[in-house]
Amino acid sequence: MKIGVCLKQVPATDTRVVVNPTASGILTNDVKWEINPYDDYALEEAVRQKAAGKGTEVVILTVGGAETEQRLRDALARGADRVVRVDDPAMAGADALGYARALAAAAKAEDVGVLFCGRQAVDGDNGAVPAMIAELLGWSQVSWIDKLAIDGGSFTANRAAGGGAKEVVTGALPGVFTCDKGLNEPRMATLPNIMAAKKKPIVVKNLDAIGLSAGAVAPLVAETAMSLPPARPAGRKLTGDAATVAAELVRLLREEAKVI
Amino acid sequence: MGILVLCDTDGGAPRKSAYELLGKAKALGLGPVTALVLGSADVSSLGGYGADAVLHYDNAVLGTYSTGAVVKALANAIAATGAQYVLASANQVARDAFPRLSARIGAGYAVECTDLRSEGGKLVGRRPVYAGKALVDVATNSAVGLYSVRPNSFPIGASTGASAPVTVSDGGVSAADVDVKVVQTLAPEGKEVDLTEADRIVSGGRSLKSKEGFDSVVRPLAAAVHATPGASRAAVDAGYAHHGDQVGQTGKVVNPSLYIALGISGAIQHLAGMRTSRVIVAVNKDADAPIFQYATYGIVGDLFEYAPLLQKEFEKALS
Ligand SMILES: Cc1cc2nc3c(=O)[nH]c(=O)nc-3n(C[C@H](O)[C@H](O)[C@H](O)COP(=O)(O)OP(=O)(O)OC[C@H]3O[C@@H](n4cnc5c(N)ncnc54)[C@H](O)[C@@H]3O)c2cc1C
Repeated sequence: MKIGVCLKQVPATDTRVVVNPTASGILTNDVKWEINPYDDYALEEAVRQKAAGKGTEVVILTVGGAETEQRLRDALARGADRVVRVDDPAMAGADALGYARALAAAAKAEDVGVLFCGRQAVDGDNGAVPAMIAELLGWSQVSWIDKLAIDGGSFTANRAAGGGAKEVVTGALPGVFTCDKGLNEPRMATLPNIMAAKKKPIVVKNLDAIGLSAGAVAPLVAETAMSLPPARPAGRKLTGDAATVAAELVRLLREEAKVI
Repeated sequence: MGILVLCDTDGGAPRKSAYELLGKAKALGLGPVTALVLGSADVSSLGGYGADAVLHYDNAVLGTYSTGAVVKALANAIAATGAQYVLASANQVARDAFPRLSARIGAGYAVECTDLRSEGGKLVGRRPVYAGKALVDVATNSAVGLYSVRPNSFPIGASTGASAPVTVSDGGVSAADVDVKVVQTLAPEGKEVDLTEADRIVSGGRSLKSKEGFDSVVRPLAAAVHATPGASRAAVDAGYAHHGDQVGQTGKVVNPSLYIALGISGAIQHLAGMRTSRVIVAVNKDADAPIFQYATYGIVGDLFEYAPLLQKEFEKALS
Protein backbone atom coordinates (compact mmCIF):
# COMPACT_ATOMS: atom_id res chain seq x y z
CA MET A 1 0.00 0.00 0.00
CA LYS A 2 1.25 3.46 -0.88
CA ILE A 3 0.80 6.18 1.72
CA GLY A 4 -0.22 9.65 0.60
CA VAL A 5 0.42 12.91 2.45
CA CYS A 6 -1.23 16.20 1.49
CA LEU A 7 1.10 19.12 2.02
CA LYS A 8 0.58 22.84 1.70
CA GLN A 9 2.92 25.75 2.22
CA VAL A 10 1.53 28.58 4.34
CA PRO A 11 2.90 31.87 5.67
CA ALA A 12 5.01 31.28 8.80
CA THR A 13 2.81 31.51 11.87
CA ASP A 14 4.67 34.60 13.09
CA THR A 15 3.78 36.52 9.92
CA ARG A 16 2.34 39.99 10.44
CA VAL A 17 -0.59 40.05 8.10
CA VAL A 18 -0.88 43.00 5.68
CA VAL A 19 -3.95 43.13 3.44
CA ASN A 20 -3.33 43.72 -0.28
CA PRO A 21 -4.74 46.81 -2.04
CA THR A 22 -7.71 44.95 -3.55
CA ALA A 23 -8.57 43.33 -0.21
CA SER A 24 -8.52 39.94 -1.91
CA GLY A 25 -5.73 38.49 0.20
CA ILE A 26 -2.53 39.32 2.04
CA LEU A 27 0.65 40.85 0.72
CA THR A 28 3.17 38.08 0.32
CA ASN A 29 6.35 40.01 -0.58
CA ASP A 30 7.82 39.69 2.90
CA VAL A 31 6.23 36.41 3.84
CA LYS A 32 8.42 33.53 4.94
CA TRP A 33 6.81 30.25 3.86
CA GLU A 34 6.63 27.08 5.89
CA ILE A 35 5.03 23.68 5.65
CA ASN A 36 1.63 24.02 7.30
CA PRO A 37 2.36 23.03 10.94
CA TYR A 38 -0.40 20.41 11.06
CA ASP A 39 0.95 18.83 7.86
CA ASP A 40 4.16 18.14 9.80
CA TYR A 41 2.19 15.68 11.93
CA ALA A 42 0.68 14.13 8.79
CA LEU A 43 4.08 13.69 7.18
CA GLU A 44 5.59 12.25 10.35
CA GLU A 45 2.72 9.78 10.73
CA ALA A 46 3.11 8.62 7.13
CA VAL A 47 6.85 8.09 7.56
CA ARG A 48 6.32 6.19 10.82
CA GLN A 49 3.59 3.99 9.35
CA LYS A 50 5.87 3.13 6.46
CA ALA A 51 8.71 2.31 8.89
CA ALA A 52 6.29 0.07 10.79
CA GLY A 53 5.69 -1.89 7.60
CA LYS A 54 2.20 -0.55 6.96
CA GLY A 55 3.11 0.99 3.62
CA THR A 56 5.62 0.71 0.83
CA GLU A 57 6.15 4.31 -0.15
CA VAL A 58 5.29 7.83 1.08
CA VAL A 59 4.02 10.04 -1.72
CA ILE A 60 3.45 13.75 -1.14
CA LEU A 61 0.52 15.28 -2.98
CA THR A 62 0.44 19.04 -3.24
CA VAL A 63 -1.05 21.86 -5.28
CA GLY A 64 1.25 24.77 -5.95
CA GLY A 65 3.89 26.41 -8.07
CA ALA A 66 7.66 26.06 -8.34
CA GLU A 67 8.04 28.37 -5.32
CA THR A 68 7.09 25.42 -3.08
CA GLU A 69 10.24 23.49 -4.02
CA GLN A 70 12.16 24.20 -0.83
CA ARG A 71 9.32 23.04 1.44
CA LEU A 72 8.88 19.92 -0.66
CA ARG A 73 12.62 19.13 -0.48
CA ASP A 74 12.41 19.55 3.28
CA ALA A 75 9.54 17.06 3.41
CA LEU A 76 11.52 14.64 1.25
CA ALA A 77 14.46 15.04 3.63
CA ARG A 78 12.17 14.08 6.49
CA GLY A 79 11.32 10.74 4.98
CA ALA A 80 8.91 11.11 2.06
CA ASP A 81 9.92 9.25 -1.11
CA ARG A 82 8.60 11.48 -3.86
CA VAL A 83 6.27 14.32 -4.70
CA VAL A 84 3.41 14.84 -7.12
CA ARG A 85 2.85 18.56 -7.49
CA VAL A 86 -0.31 19.66 -9.29
CA ASP A 87 0.36 22.98 -10.99
CA ASP A 88 -2.22 24.55 -13.24
CA PRO A 89 -3.31 28.15 -13.85
CA ALA A 90 -6.92 27.15 -13.16
CA MET A 91 -6.02 26.37 -9.53
CA ALA A 92 -5.44 30.07 -8.82
CA GLY A 93 -9.20 30.61 -8.54
CA ALA A 94 -10.04 27.32 -6.84
CA ASP A 95 -11.74 27.01 -3.45
CA ALA A 96 -11.42 24.12 -0.99
CA LEU A 97 -13.56 21.84 -3.15
CA GLY A 98 -11.39 22.60 -6.18
CA TYR A 99 -8.26 21.73 -4.20
CA ALA A 100 -9.95 18.55 -3.01
CA ARG A 101 -10.83 17.54 -6.57
CA ALA A 102 -7.23 18.03 -7.68
CA LEU A 103 -5.77 16.16 -4.70
CA ALA A 104 -8.33 13.34 -4.93
CA ALA A 105 -7.53 12.90 -8.62
CA ALA A 106 -3.81 12.85 -7.84
CA ALA A 107 -4.34 10.33 -5.01
CA LYS A 108 -6.28 8.11 -7.36
CA ALA A 109 -3.67 8.35 -10.10
CA GLU A 110 -1.02 7.34 -7.56
CA ASP A 111 -3.20 4.54 -6.18
CA VAL A 112 -2.53 5.44 -2.53
CA GLY A 113 -4.46 3.41 0.05
CA VAL A 114 -4.33 5.83 2.95
CA LEU A 115 -3.99 9.59 3.06
CA PHE A 116 -2.71 11.79 5.88
CA CYS A 117 -3.56 15.50 6.01
CA GLY A 118 -3.17 18.25 8.61
CA ARG A 119 -6.36 19.03 10.49
CA GLN A 120 -6.41 22.45 8.82
CA ALA A 121 -4.07 24.73 6.90
CA VAL A 122 -3.35 27.77 9.03
CA ASP A 123 -3.82 30.26 6.18
CA GLY A 124 -7.47 29.91 5.18
CA ASP A 125 -8.22 27.87 8.32
CA ASN A 126 -10.94 25.95 6.47
CA GLY A 127 -10.06 22.39 7.43
CA ALA A 128 -12.34 21.27 4.63
CA VAL A 129 -10.16 19.67 1.97
CA PRO A 130 -9.47 16.26 3.62
CA ALA A 131 -13.12 15.26 4.19
CA MET A 132 -13.93 16.47 0.69
CA ILE A 133 -11.21 14.21 -0.71
CA ALA A 134 -12.60 11.31 1.32
CA GLU A 135 -16.05 11.87 -0.18
CA LEU A 136 -14.74 12.23 -3.72
CA LEU A 137 -12.86 8.94 -3.35
CA GLY A 138 -15.63 7.22 -1.40
CA TRP A 139 -13.23 6.54 1.49
CA SER A 140 -13.54 6.54 5.30
CA GLN A 141 -12.47 9.70 7.10
CA VAL A 142 -11.45 10.51 10.65
CA SER A 143 -10.96 14.12 11.70
CA TRP A 144 -8.48 15.51 14.23
CA ILE A 145 -6.73 12.32 15.32
CA ASP A 146 -4.03 12.14 17.97
CA LYS A 147 -3.57 8.35 17.92
CA LEU A 148 -3.71 5.75 15.17
CA ALA A 149 -3.15 2.03 14.80
CA ILE A 150 -3.42 0.35 11.40
CA ASP A 151 -4.01 -3.39 11.38
CA GLY A 152 -4.32 -4.88 7.90
CA GLY A 153 -7.34 -3.31 6.27
CA SER A 154 -8.76 -1.79 9.44
CA PHE A 155 -7.79 0.97 11.85
CA THR A 156 -8.40 2.29 15.34
CA ALA A 157 -7.98 6.01 15.96
CA ASN A 158 -8.60 8.58 18.68
CA ARG A 159 -10.33 11.70 17.41
CA ALA A 160 -11.48 14.93 19.01
CA ALA A 161 -15.14 15.02 20.03
CA GLY A 162 -17.13 17.88 21.57
CA GLY A 163 -16.20 19.66 24.77
CA GLY A 164 -12.61 18.44 24.92
CA ALA A 165 -13.62 14.75 24.93
CA LYS A 166 -12.05 12.15 22.64
CA GLU A 167 -13.60 9.24 20.81
CA VAL A 168 -11.93 5.94 20.02
CA VAL A 169 -13.19 4.91 16.59
CA THR A 170 -12.69 1.94 14.30
CA GLY A 171 -13.17 1.65 10.57
CA ALA A 172 -11.88 0.22 7.34
CA LEU A 173 -9.23 1.46 4.91
CA PRO A 174 -8.89 3.14 2.50
CA GLY A 175 -9.19 6.26 4.62
CA VAL A 176 -8.29 9.91 5.05
CA PHE A 177 -6.97 10.98 8.46
CA THR A 178 -6.56 14.57 9.58
CA CYS A 179 -3.73 14.93 12.06
CA ASP A 180 -3.72 17.00 15.23
CA LYS A 181 -0.95 18.06 17.56
CA GLY A 182 -0.15 15.24 19.96
CA LEU A 183 -0.22 12.50 17.30
CA ASN A 184 3.58 12.36 17.13
CA GLU A 185 6.72 14.47 17.39
CA PRO A 186 7.74 15.55 13.88
CA ARG A 187 11.42 14.95 13.18
CA MET A 188 13.90 17.44 11.80
CA ALA A 189 15.81 16.70 8.62
CA THR A 190 19.37 15.50 9.09
CA LEU A 191 22.19 16.70 6.84
CA PRO A 192 22.67 13.37 4.99
CA ASN A 193 18.92 13.19 4.41
CA ILE A 194 18.88 16.76 3.11
CA MET A 195 21.53 15.74 0.59
CA ALA A 196 19.65 12.56 -0.35
CA ALA A 197 16.40 14.50 -0.79
CA LYS A 198 17.94 16.53 -3.61
CA LYS A 199 17.80 13.44 -5.79
CA LYS A 200 14.24 12.41 -4.95
CA PRO A 201 11.68 12.99 -7.73
CA ILE A 202 9.19 15.87 -7.83
CA VAL A 203 6.76 15.22 -10.68
CA VAL A 204 4.66 18.15 -11.89
CA LYS A 205 1.24 17.51 -13.42
CA ASN A 206 -1.39 19.85 -14.79
CA LEU A 207 -5.11 19.23 -14.37
CA ASP A 208 -5.36 17.52 -17.74
CA ALA A 209 -2.75 14.97 -16.68
CA ILE A 210 -4.90 13.93 -13.71
CA GLY A 211 -8.08 13.86 -15.77
CA LEU A 212 -9.66 17.14 -14.67
CA SER A 213 -10.91 20.11 -16.66
CA ALA A 214 -10.54 23.72 -15.49
CA GLY A 215 -14.32 23.77 -15.01
CA ALA A 216 -14.06 20.99 -12.43
CA VAL A 217 -12.25 23.32 -10.03
CA ALA A 218 -14.48 26.38 -10.49
CA PRO A 219 -15.18 27.82 -7.02
CA LEU A 220 -18.51 27.62 -5.17
CA VAL A 221 -17.27 29.96 -2.46
CA ALA A 222 -16.04 33.54 -2.80
CA GLU A 223 -14.00 35.31 -0.15
CA THR A 224 -13.78 39.10 -0.50
CA ALA A 225 -13.28 42.31 1.46
CA MET A 226 -10.38 41.17 3.63
CA SER A 227 -9.68 43.49 6.52
CA LEU A 228 -7.73 43.53 9.75
CA PRO A 229 -9.64 42.98 12.97
CA PRO A 230 -10.42 46.12 14.97
CA ALA A 231 -7.55 47.17 17.25
CA ARG A 232 -8.03 46.56 20.94
CA PRO A 233 -8.58 49.68 23.02
CA ALA A 234 -5.47 50.66 24.97
CA GLY A 235 -5.22 49.08 28.38
CA ARG A 236 -3.48 50.25 31.50
CA LYS A 237 -0.85 49.06 33.90
CA LEU A 238 -1.59 48.85 37.59
CA THR A 239 1.20 49.99 39.89
CA GLY A 240 1.80 50.04 43.61
CA ASP A 241 2.62 47.45 46.22
CA ALA A 242 1.62 43.93 45.26
CA ALA A 243 -1.19 43.40 47.76
CA THR A 244 -2.85 46.70 46.80
CA VAL A 245 -2.49 45.99 43.08
CA ALA A 246 -4.03 42.54 43.49
CA ALA A 247 -7.01 43.95 45.36
CA GLU A 248 -7.38 46.78 42.87
CA LEU A 249 -7.36 44.39 39.90
CA VAL A 250 -10.13 42.26 41.38
CA ARG A 251 -12.14 45.41 42.13
CA LEU A 252 -11.71 46.62 38.52
CA LEU A 253 -12.71 43.25 37.08
CA ARG A 254 -15.84 43.36 39.18
CA GLU A 255 -16.86 47.03 39.06
CA GLU A 256 -15.37 48.43 35.85
CA ALA A 257 -15.10 45.49 33.45
CA LYS A 258 -17.92 43.55 35.11
CA VAL A 259 -16.52 40.16 34.17
CA ILE A 260 -16.62 38.54 37.61
CA MET B 1 -35.97 27.97 -0.06
CA GLY B 2 -35.25 28.89 3.50
CA ILE B 3 -32.71 27.90 6.10
CA LEU B 4 -32.13 24.53 7.69
CA VAL B 5 -30.47 24.74 11.12
CA LEU B 6 -28.67 21.68 12.49
CA CYS B 7 -29.48 21.88 16.20
CA ASP B 8 -26.99 20.40 18.66
CA THR B 9 -28.40 18.52 21.58
CA ASP B 10 -26.88 17.40 24.84
CA GLY B 11 -28.50 14.91 27.19
CA GLY B 12 -31.73 14.97 25.18
CA ALA B 13 -32.20 18.76 25.12
CA PRO B 14 -31.15 21.43 22.58
CA ARG B 15 -27.91 23.19 23.40
CA LYS B 16 -27.65 26.98 23.71
CA SER B 17 -25.92 27.08 20.33
CA ALA B 18 -29.12 25.71 18.71
CA TYR B 19 -31.17 28.61 20.07
CA GLU B 20 -28.44 31.03 19.02
CA LEU B 21 -28.52 29.81 15.42
CA LEU B 22 -32.32 29.60 15.20
CA GLY B 23 -32.71 33.18 16.42
CA LYS B 24 -30.13 34.43 13.94
CA ALA B 25 -31.60 32.36 11.08
CA LYS B 26 -35.04 33.86 11.74
CA ALA B 27 -33.64 37.40 11.90
CA LEU B 28 -31.91 36.97 8.53
CA GLY B 29 -35.31 36.92 6.80
CA LEU B 30 -34.23 34.48 4.11
CA GLY B 31 -37.33 32.31 4.23
CA PRO B 32 -38.72 29.70 6.58
CA VAL B 33 -36.44 28.30 9.26
CA THR B 34 -36.46 24.55 9.81
CA ALA B 35 -34.77 23.11 12.87
CA LEU B 36 -33.14 19.74 12.22
CA VAL B 37 -32.59 17.49 15.23
CA LEU B 38 -30.72 14.20 14.94
CA GLY B 39 -31.37 11.47 17.50
CA SER B 40 -33.67 11.35 20.47
CA ALA B 41 -34.37 14.74 22.12
CA ASP B 42 -37.11 16.99 23.47
CA VAL B 43 -37.67 19.40 20.57
CA SER B 44 -40.68 21.27 22.01
CA SER B 45 -38.73 24.46 22.85
CA LEU B 46 -37.35 25.11 19.34
CA GLY B 47 -40.39 27.01 18.03
CA GLY B 48 -39.93 29.61 20.75
CA TYR B 49 -36.46 30.51 19.47
CA GLY B 50 -37.22 30.96 15.79
CA ALA B 51 -37.96 27.59 14.18
CA ASP B 52 -40.98 27.69 11.86
CA ALA B 53 -40.87 23.92 11.60
CA VAL B 54 -38.95 21.08 13.20
CA LEU B 55 -37.58 18.08 11.35
CA HIS B 56 -36.81 15.43 13.94
CA TYR B 57 -34.83 12.44 12.72
CA ASP B 58 -35.51 10.45 15.86
CA ASN B 59 -33.30 7.51 15.06
CA ALA B 60 -30.94 5.83 17.53
CA VAL B 61 -28.39 5.42 14.71
CA LEU B 62 -27.98 9.21 14.78
CA GLY B 63 -27.60 9.35 18.56
CA THR B 64 -23.85 8.71 18.31
CA TYR B 65 -21.96 10.59 15.62
CA SER B 66 -20.84 8.73 12.54
CA THR B 67 -19.77 10.47 9.36
CA GLY B 68 -21.69 8.13 7.06
CA ALA B 69 -25.07 8.29 8.79
CA VAL B 70 -24.97 12.01 9.60
CA VAL B 71 -23.89 13.15 6.14
CA LYS B 72 -26.64 11.04 4.58
CA ALA B 73 -29.22 12.40 7.04
CA LEU B 74 -28.17 15.98 6.27
CA ALA B 75 -28.42 15.38 2.53
CA ASN B 76 -31.90 13.88 3.04
CA ALA B 77 -32.99 16.84 5.15
CA ILE B 78 -31.84 19.30 2.49
CA ALA B 79 -33.75 17.38 -0.16
CA ALA B 80 -36.85 17.16 2.06
CA THR B 81 -36.94 20.89 2.89
CA GLY B 82 -35.46 22.33 -0.31
CA ALA B 83 -33.34 24.53 1.95
CA GLN B 84 -31.09 27.08 0.28
CA TYR B 85 -28.80 27.44 3.31
CA VAL B 86 -27.76 25.11 6.09
CA LEU B 87 -26.35 26.44 9.37
CA ALA B 88 -24.52 24.49 12.03
CA SER B 89 -22.47 25.37 15.05
CA ALA B 90 -18.75 25.09 14.24
CA ASN B 91 -17.97 22.01 16.32
CA GLN B 92 -16.52 18.58 15.53
CA VAL B 93 -19.77 17.43 13.90
CA ALA B 94 -19.81 20.30 11.42
CA ARG B 95 -16.04 20.08 10.89
CA ASP B 96 -16.33 16.42 9.95
CA ALA B 97 -19.69 16.31 8.16
CA PHE B 98 -20.01 19.64 6.34
CA PRO B 99 -17.02 19.32 4.00
CA ARG B 100 -18.06 15.80 3.06
CA LEU B 101 -21.63 16.96 2.46
CA SER B 102 -20.27 19.87 0.44
CA ALA B 103 -18.47 17.49 -1.91
CA ARG B 104 -21.43 15.12 -2.10
CA ILE B 105 -24.07 17.64 -3.17
CA GLY B 106 -21.84 20.33 -4.69
CA ALA B 107 -22.66 22.90 -2.01
CA GLY B 108 -20.28 25.75 -1.16
CA TYR B 109 -19.02 25.63 2.42
CA ALA B 110 -18.36 28.81 4.40
CA VAL B 111 -16.30 27.83 7.43
CA GLU B 112 -16.47 29.10 11.03
CA CYS B 113 -18.27 32.38 10.43
CA THR B 114 -18.41 34.82 13.30
CA ASP B 115 -21.11 36.96 11.69
CA LEU B 116 -23.91 36.47 9.16
CA ARG B 117 -25.99 38.95 7.19
CA SER B 118 -28.39 38.83 4.27
CA GLU B 119 -27.51 40.91 1.24
CA GLY B 120 -29.93 41.04 -1.71
CA GLY B 121 -31.52 37.76 -0.70
CA LYS B 122 -28.18 36.01 -0.29
CA LEU B 123 -26.40 34.93 2.86
CA VAL B 124 -23.01 36.52 3.48
CA GLY B 125 -20.73 35.43 6.31
CA ARG B 126 -17.75 37.07 7.92
CA ARG B 127 -14.97 34.79 9.06
CA PRO B 128 -11.51 34.93 10.55
CA VAL B 129 -8.56 33.73 8.44
CA TYR B 130 -4.86 33.46 9.33
CA ALA B 131 -5.90 32.55 12.87
CA GLY B 132 -7.93 35.71 13.24
CA LYS B 133 -5.18 38.04 12.04
CA ALA B 134 -7.59 39.04 9.23
CA LEU B 135 -11.29 38.79 8.43
CA VAL B 136 -13.04 38.13 5.11
CA ASP B 137 -16.56 38.20 3.76
CA VAL B 138 -17.63 34.79 2.49
CA ALA B 139 -20.54 33.83 0.24
CA THR B 140 -21.56 30.68 -1.61
CA ASN B 141 -22.77 30.67 -5.21
CA SER B 142 -24.17 27.13 -5.38
CA ALA B 143 -27.83 26.03 -5.14
CA VAL B 144 -27.21 25.10 -1.51
CA GLY B 145 -24.78 26.88 0.83
CA LEU B 146 -23.37 25.39 4.05
CA TYR B 147 -22.30 27.81 6.79
CA SER B 148 -20.73 26.79 10.07
CA VAL B 149 -20.85 29.42 12.80
CA ARG B 150 -18.55 29.86 15.82
CA PRO B 151 -20.46 29.44 19.09
CA ASN B 152 -21.22 32.66 21.01
CA SER B 153 -21.32 34.78 17.85
CA PHE B 154 -24.89 35.99 18.43
CA PRO B 155 -26.97 36.86 21.48
CA ILE B 156 -29.78 34.49 22.43
CA GLY B 157 -33.18 36.11 22.80
CA ALA B 158 -35.87 34.97 25.22
CA SER B 159 -38.28 32.30 24.04
CA THR B 160 -41.49 33.64 22.51
CA GLY B 161 -43.20 30.49 23.72
CA ALA B 162 -44.34 29.76 20.15
CA SER B 163 -44.54 26.15 19.10
CA ALA B 164 -43.57 24.77 15.72
CA PRO B 165 -44.97 21.77 13.88
CA VAL B 166 -42.74 18.70 14.23
CA THR B 167 -42.20 16.11 11.53
CA VAL B 168 -40.68 12.92 12.91
CA SER B 169 -38.95 10.29 10.80
CA ASP B 170 -35.95 7.98 10.83
CA GLY B 171 -34.13 10.32 8.43
CA GLY B 172 -33.72 7.57 5.86
CA VAL B 173 -30.62 6.19 7.57
CA SER B 174 -29.95 2.83 9.17
CA ALA B 175 -27.13 1.04 10.98
CA ALA B 176 -25.74 0.09 7.57
CA ASP B 177 -24.80 3.76 7.03
CA VAL B 178 -22.49 3.85 10.04
CA ASP B 179 -18.99 3.68 8.56
CA VAL B 180 -16.43 4.68 11.16
CA LYS B 181 -17.76 3.48 14.54
CA VAL B 182 -17.28 4.98 17.99
CA VAL B 183 -16.17 2.22 20.35
CA GLN B 184 -15.35 4.34 23.38
CA THR B 185 -15.64 7.93 24.56
CA LEU B 186 -12.79 9.33 26.66
CA ALA B 187 -13.69 12.12 29.08
CA PRO B 188 -11.79 15.42 28.79
CA GLU B 189 -8.50 15.66 30.71
CA GLY B 190 -9.75 18.37 33.06
CA LYS B 191 -13.13 18.57 34.73
CA GLU B 192 -13.64 22.23 33.83
CA VAL B 193 -15.61 23.57 30.85
CA ASP B 194 -13.59 23.10 27.67
CA LEU B 195 -11.37 26.06 26.76
CA THR B 196 -13.27 26.71 23.52
CA GLU B 197 -16.47 27.25 25.51
CA ALA B 198 -15.00 28.74 28.69
CA ASP B 199 -16.12 32.16 29.88
CA ARG B 200 -13.01 32.60 32.04
CA ILE B 201 -9.51 31.30 31.44
CA VAL B 202 -6.30 31.47 33.47
CA SER B 203 -3.26 30.54 31.38
CA GLY B 204 0.32 29.92 32.33
CA GLY B 205 3.50 29.90 30.28
CA ARG B 206 7.03 28.61 30.27
CA SER B 207 7.76 30.81 33.28
CA LEU B 208 5.94 28.33 35.56
CA LYS B 209 9.17 26.31 35.26
CA SER B 210 7.69 22.85 36.01
CA LYS B 211 4.52 20.81 36.07
CA GLU B 212 4.49 21.26 39.84
CA GLY B 213 4.74 25.01 39.33
CA PHE B 214 1.84 24.94 36.89
CA ASP B 215 -0.29 22.69 39.11
CA SER B 216 0.35 24.68 42.26
CA VAL B 217 -0.01 28.19 40.78
CA VAL B 218 -2.18 28.23 37.62
CA ARG B 219 -4.73 25.57 38.55
CA PRO B 220 -5.62 26.93 42.02
CA LEU B 221 -5.88 30.48 40.69
CA ALA B 222 -8.15 29.22 37.90
CA ALA B 223 -10.27 27.38 40.44
CA ALA B 224 -10.55 30.52 42.58
CA VAL B 225 -12.03 32.53 39.70
CA HIS B 226 -14.06 29.57 38.32
CA ALA B 227 -11.96 29.50 35.18
CA THR B 228 -10.57 26.82 32.89
CA PRO B 229 -6.77 26.51 32.99
CA GLY B 230 -4.94 27.11 29.72
CA ALA B 231 -1.32 27.19 28.63
CA SER B 232 1.11 28.56 26.09
CA ARG B 233 2.70 26.14 23.70
CA ALA B 234 5.98 26.49 25.49
CA ALA B 235 4.32 25.25 28.69
CA VAL B 236 2.65 22.37 26.86
CA ASP B 237 5.79 21.32 25.02
CA ALA B 238 7.72 21.35 28.29
CA GLY B 239 5.13 18.98 29.75
CA TYR B 240 3.70 21.39 32.34
CA ALA B 241 0.19 21.13 30.86
CA HIS B 242 -1.80 18.84 28.53
CA HIS B 243 -1.99 19.20 24.74
CA GLY B 244 -5.67 20.02 25.13
CA ASP B 245 -4.73 23.03 27.28
CA GLN B 246 -2.84 24.88 24.55
CA VAL B 247 -4.22 28.24 23.50
CA GLY B 248 -3.15 29.69 20.17
CA GLN B 249 -2.80 29.28 16.48
CA THR B 250 -1.91 25.59 16.74
CA GLY B 251 -3.98 25.03 19.87
CA LYS B 252 -7.43 26.20 20.79
CA VAL B 253 -8.99 29.46 19.71
CA VAL B 254 -10.79 30.85 22.74
CA ASN B 255 -13.25 33.66 23.27
CA PRO B 256 -13.81 34.18 27.02
CA SER B 257 -14.97 37.31 28.86
CA LEU B 258 -11.86 37.13 31.03
CA TYR B 259 -8.40 35.84 30.04
CA ILE B 260 -5.63 35.99 32.60
CA ALA B 261 -2.12 35.35 31.24
CA LEU B 262 0.54 34.49 33.81
CA GLY B 263 4.11 34.76 32.57
CA ILE B 264 3.17 34.53 28.90
CA SER B 265 5.18 36.71 26.55
CA GLY B 266 2.39 37.18 24.02
CA ALA B 267 3.93 35.60 20.91
CA ILE B 268 1.87 36.24 17.79
CA GLN B 269 0.79 32.57 17.67
CA HIS B 270 -0.52 32.78 21.23
CA LEU B 271 -2.28 36.09 20.63
CA ALA B 272 -3.99 34.58 17.58
CA GLY B 273 -5.81 32.19 19.88
CA MET B 274 -7.03 34.64 22.52
CA ARG B 275 -7.07 38.15 21.05
CA THR B 276 -10.88 38.32 20.95
CA SER B 277 -11.14 37.80 24.73
CA ARG B 278 -13.23 40.64 26.14
CA VAL B 279 -10.87 41.47 29.02
CA ILE B 280 -7.23 40.42 29.08
CA VAL B 281 -5.13 40.55 32.23
CA ALA B 282 -1.38 40.05 31.94
CA VAL B 283 1.09 39.41 34.74
CA ASN B 284 4.64 39.52 33.44
CA LYS B 285 7.91 40.65 34.97
CA ASP B 286 9.08 42.14 31.67
CA ALA B 287 7.41 45.54 31.21
CA ASP B 288 8.11 45.32 27.46
CA ALA B 289 6.48 41.90 26.92
CA PRO B 290 4.24 42.07 23.81
CA ILE B 291 1.26 40.73 25.78
CA PHE B 292 0.95 44.17 27.45
CA GLN B 293 -0.05 45.72 24.10
CA TYR B 294 -3.21 43.63 24.27
CA ALA B 295 -3.86 43.63 27.99
CA THR B 296 -6.83 45.52 29.36
CA TYR B 297 -5.09 45.43 32.75
CA GLY B 298 -1.37 44.82 33.06
CA ILE B 299 0.69 44.01 36.11
CA VAL B 300 4.46 44.20 35.83
CA GLY B 301 5.73 41.78 38.43
CA ASP B 302 6.60 38.26 39.49
CA LEU B 303 3.75 35.84 38.92
CA PHE B 304 4.85 33.72 41.87
CA GLU B 305 4.23 36.74 44.08
CA TYR B 306 0.99 37.86 42.44
CA ALA B 307 -0.81 34.56 41.82
CA PRO B 308 -1.38 33.74 45.52
CA LEU B 309 -2.46 37.33 46.25
CA LEU B 310 -4.92 37.28 43.36
CA GLN B 311 -6.16 33.88 44.41
CA LYS B 312 -6.96 35.20 47.88
CA GLU B 313 -8.71 38.27 46.46
CA PHE B 314 -10.78 36.21 44.04
CA GLU B 315 -11.74 33.78 46.77
CA LYS B 316 -12.87 36.72 48.90
CA ALA B 317 -14.75 38.37 46.05
CA LEU B 318 -16.47 35.26 44.77
CA SER B 319 -17.31 33.52 48.02
C1 LIG C 1 4.39 26.91 14.07
C2 LIG C 1 4.26 27.48 15.44
C3 LIG C 1 3.04 27.42 16.08
C4 LIG C 1 2.90 27.92 17.37
N1 LIG C 1 1.67 27.85 17.98
C5 LIG C 1 1.55 28.33 19.23
C6 LIG C 1 0.29 28.26 19.92
O1 LIG C 1 -0.70 27.75 19.40
N2 LIG C 1 0.22 28.77 21.17
C7 LIG C 1 1.29 29.33 21.80
O2 LIG C 1 1.14 29.77 22.96
N3 LIG C 1 2.47 29.40 21.18
C8 LIG C 1 2.63 28.90 19.93
N4 LIG C 1 3.86 28.94 19.35
C9 LIG C 1 5.03 29.32 20.16
C10 LIG C 1 5.19 30.80 20.34
O3 LIG C 1 5.93 31.32 19.26
C11 LIG C 1 5.95 31.09 21.65
O4 LIG C 1 7.18 30.42 21.61
C12 LIG C 1 5.22 30.67 22.92
O5 LIG C 1 3.89 31.16 22.89
C13 LIG C 1 5.94 31.22 24.11
O6 LIG C 1 5.38 30.76 25.29
P1 LIG C 1 5.57 31.56 26.65
O7 LIG C 1 4.98 32.88 26.52
O8 LIG C 1 5.06 30.67 27.71
O9 LIG C 1 7.15 31.59 26.81
P2 LIG C 1 8.21 32.76 26.57
O10 LIG C 1 8.04 33.39 25.26
O11 LIG C 1 9.50 32.18 26.94
O12 LIG C 1 7.78 33.85 27.61
C14 LIG C 1 7.86 33.71 28.99
C15 LIG C 1 7.42 35.02 29.58
O13 LIG C 1 7.29 34.86 30.97
C16 LIG C 1 7.84 36.01 31.61
N5 LIG C 1 8.27 35.57 32.92
C17 LIG C 1 9.28 34.72 33.22
N6 LIG C 1 9.34 34.51 34.55
C18 LIG C 1 8.34 35.23 35.10
C19 LIG C 1 7.88 35.42 36.43
N7 LIG C 1 8.45 34.79 37.47
N8 LIG C 1 6.83 36.23 36.64
C20 LIG C 1 6.22 36.87 35.59
N9 LIG C 1 6.63 36.73 34.32
C21 LIG C 1 7.67 35.90 34.06
C22 LIG C 1 8.92 36.50 30.71
O14 LIG C 1 9.12 37.90 30.89
C23 LIG C 1 8.36 36.17 29.33
O15 LIG C 1 7.61 37.26 28.80
C24 LIG C 1 4.01 28.48 18.03
C25 LIG C 1 5.23 28.56 17.37
C26 LIG C 1 5.36 28.08 16.09
C27 LIG C 1 6.69 28.20 15.42
